Amino acid sequence: MSITERAAPAWEELVSAALLGTARRRPPIETGDEHPDPAAALLDAAAVATVRRRAGLRPARSAPHPAPAPDDPRPLPPPAARARLRDLLNDRTHQGGSGGGRRGAAPSLAELLPQWLAAAGRHGYRAPAAVLPDLLDAARARTDLRPDALALAGPRAVWLAELNPEWRFALRAGNRGAAGDAAADPQAARRLWAEGLFAERVALLTGVRERDPAAGLALLSGTWAQERAEDRLLFLDALRGGLGPDDEPFLEQALTDRSRNVRATAAELLSALPGSALSHRMAERALACVALDRTGVVPRIAVEAPHACDPAMERDGVTAGPPPGRGERSWWLGQLVEGAPLGIWPARFGGRTPEQIVALEVADDWQPDLHAAWCRAAVRQRDAEWARALLGPPPVPAGAVVAVGDPAKLLSVLPENERAVWVAEFVAGHGLSEAFQLLGACAVPWAEPLGRAVVDALDIAREAGSYPWSFSGVMGLAERCLDPALADRLDPLTATPEDGSNASPGAGAYWSEAFQRLVSTLRLRAAMLAELAG
Amino acid sequence: MVARSVVGMEDTEQRWSVEQVLALAPDAASHKAGTRLAVPGPWSGTGTAGPSGDGGGAVVWGLCAGSGGKPYRTAVDLAGPAFNCSCPSRKFPCKHALGVLLLWARRELPAGTHEAEPPEWVAQWCAKRTAAVREKAARRDGGGAAGGPQAARRRTERRAQRVAAGAVELEARLVDQLRGGLATGREDQHGWHGVAARMVDAQAPGLAARARELGAIPMSGGDWPSRLLEEYAMLHLLARGCLALDSLPGPLADTVRARLGFTTVGAELLAGPTLRDSWLVLAQQDSVDGAMTTRRIWLRGVRSGRSALLLSFGAAGRAPEVALPVGRSLEAELAYHPGGLPLRAALGTRHGPPVPGHTPQGVPVGEALSGYGEALRADPWLDEWPVVLSGVVPIPDQSGWQLADGQGDSALPVDPRRLGRPGLWRLAAVSGGHPVTVFGTVGHRGFTPLTTWSAGDGAAQAVAL
Repeated sequence: MSITERAAPAWEELVSAALLGTARRRPPIETGDEHPDPAAALLDAAAVATVRRRAGLRPARSAPHPAPAPDDPRPLPPPAARARLRDLLNDRTHQGGSGGGRRGAAPSLAELLPQWLAAAGRHGYRAPAAVLPDLLDAARARTDLRPDALALAGPRAVWLAELNPEWRFALRAGNRGAAGDAAADPQAARRLWAEGLFAERVALLTGVRERDPAAGLALLSGTWAQERAEDRLLFLDALRGGLGPDDEPFLEQALTDRSRNVRATAAELLSALPGSALSHRMAERALACVALDRTGVVPRIAVEAPHACDPAMERDGVTAGPPPGRGERSWWLGQLVEGAPLGIWPARFGGRTPEQIVALEVADDWQPDLHAAWCRAAVRQRDAEWARALLGPPPVPAGAVVAVGDPAKLLSVLPENERAVWVAEFVAGHGLSEAFQLLGACAVPWAEPLGRAVVDALDIAREAGSYPWSFSGVMGLAERCLDPALADRLDPLTATPEDGSNASPGAGAYWSEAFQRLVSTLRLRAAMLAELAG
Repeated sequence: MVARSVVGMEDTEQRWSVEQVLALAPDAASHKAGTRLAVPGPWSGTGTAGPSGDGGGAVVWGLCAGSGGKPYRTAVDLAGPAFNCSCPSRKFPCKHALGVLLLWARRELPAGTHEAEPPEWVAQWCAKRTAAVREKAARRDGGGAAGGPQAARRRTERRAQRVAAGAVELEARLVDQLRGGLATGREDQHGWHGVAARMVDAQAPGLAARARELGAIPMSGGDWPSRLLEEYAMLHLLARGCLALDSLPGPLADTVRARLGFTTVGAELLAGPTLRDSWLVLAQQDSVDGAMTTRRIWLRGVRSGRSALLLSFGAAGRAPEVALPVGRSLEAELAYHPGGLPLRAALGTRHGPPVPGHTPQGVPVGEALSGYGEALRADPWLDEWPVVLSGVVPIPDQSGWQLADGQGDSALPVDPRRLGRPGLWRLAAVSGGHPVTVFGTVGHRGFTPLTTWSAGDGAAQAVAL
């Protein structure tokens, strides 16, 4: 249907006469007795032409059809779950309507979207096609949603993203899209690696590494010399997946790279390879600095920090210049110990376990530096035994909390149940005010006894008479992370108590509202999961 | 109070779908607020009861804890539907009414609080409502408008004279503009607003709306002089039609009257002949103009194959009165407004609740366009003609979207005014490059997609666009 096509040039003449005015240009029409006025005659003729054109519209020529989207054989979620997904997405799009300020007693649906997506993914569902645009918009706005949203959305979302530039991100995320297909086909992989955009190539490399680390390494080493420095850095980062001894020669070579960041990343990857030559070299250097001193009554650790940072150390990724306010020698020591495999230490300290080693006294105030470096090594090498030893038992109530390294990071190395128990004891001893990051490191839903510990701590905070918004961070976490089965236990707390003598005015009502929101969110999560189970 | 059946509503009334409930929301904010309240937490004392047997429908009620001390009392009569809530909101229905309806629709009314008998406050409201409905019906039966039929006729004549005077003025204005040239009118957009206002005074809203649109066309891009001349010409045609009403054939005269803005009251239409059919709800679209919401519901008779358009209006935060679930069909009586092209209709008696519908039969794009051409013979001012397209593939393109026949190379462009709508991408998502069924309206500027049907698992689902 072509809107502008006219039967005769007459229409153009009518338009130009109309534009200029019939007083200036006579329209190309006979003016009979019926219309002495040429303007009225022009309108008559235009009306006839208009209706004739509209009534005679013909189809247009079709543009090339898009290639059909690949099939997605996964099942749809049950109807109730589909309706729920629409609600969750709607709440997001209508965000910023009335009542945006206080949260009230109703749950925040948008906060539950990540859980819904993850749970639906575990069931192996695909997203209904009609919600894909909303889902892609949500994932575009929130990067944390992307992996689960795109996995659920499947190949049709990639098909859509190829048509709509606003959803480009779906093409480059993870091993999906062109990169996902190519990762399985060596020839397509080589072509995409040679011709693809940077983001596609990163996705491809990540995808190939997941299937066949050696093939990924071969792709990268083939073009390594021609890549730009900032690209080399991100490609190197993509080798983290499937890292193994076979990568060592390549990484050793990267230690001499022109770019300092590339060198540092190569060194970091090598130090995470326990048998690598670099980790041996770092071990040697670290052992030269740290020894057991048996001269005293009680054996203790003696530290002799390095006196210089030689070129060989720099080549192995040690940064020579310390940040402001930090001594050179302690800076170098920290990097050496961090880069050395933790397995060398028990032999160094007469067969002591990590726990016994951590308990040893350290001479000359080196203890904070040494322990902090061990913490970083434990996190980098995912060593649960060392992480456990360094964390120690949760600090006792009376004692001040002395953070060794980053407890949340150390916790992440421990098994889920152990994490929950440790944080539960911490919360029982110290309350919630310092627990936010620790709670964030725990697996969802919170395993017992953690859930009970948090609920008890919230109850204590309420009885103490403070306002609930001092705990809004923890409350928000609890809404998302508590086991829904705890809802019934929480029910009594939703009643509005009399404000106690030491309570802030009105605090009781606000607490009751906060607990109502907590309970209804938990129930909603339970309903959500039940719907997905069908 | 009247005795109610104490059986649960499972047995007496079809439960509404969530979409049906949300269609009642007067605006996006209420939609969201209602959804947020649709959790058991804040609710207590909820319950449902079947129809009262004296004209009142089934009721759903509950107490909702708000920020204040006293919970709000919310009750809904499903027959109207009618709403009652003790909250101060001016929205209608308010979020509490939507919340309790959503809970009910999802079978999530808090367990253990169902009551067979409505509490006193619900019963009182129901009784008052039934009485009011009866009174209104009695007033209507008892002679209608004040002053009797004679006065009514005089009023009609007076209005006809005013409208004709308006048409004369409008025609003079159009001719004047043509004499001076359309280009000189470019600075004169406010002029057309003034003309529109005088057409409102002349009780010719149809002329007023078209005059107002004329002001917006100049410099609106593309080939605006052509579009402007077309709209001048069509308005001229309408004004001429108005002045020649007596000499036009009956159906065309009715069409002209409808286009001028003369309407017939639904109740009067329904007193005449009606068409009973199973009406498939093809689409429901709301457009907001200032404080006024206009709702268009498109229907197609399963047995008669006829199309119908229900128009309803909502002012100032109120949702339009009629809401029907898209994709379902409804056994009901319709009465068409008079005109050469019966399309607009009034909804009369419903025989039962909406039941699951089906994917309608459609036509290829060529037939859709010739159908529109045919329809123009009866109503040359028609710019949205309902049509179901079958086997078409949506094609997103930088220059504009098309719906193309799955076979052959014919395509229908999407109306350029609809290009920004998110519904287009929903259509593309449902299609995935495969042929689909699409309902929409075709006009001289292209096609407006409104609903599609996705195969999914089992029965096809209607997807609003």
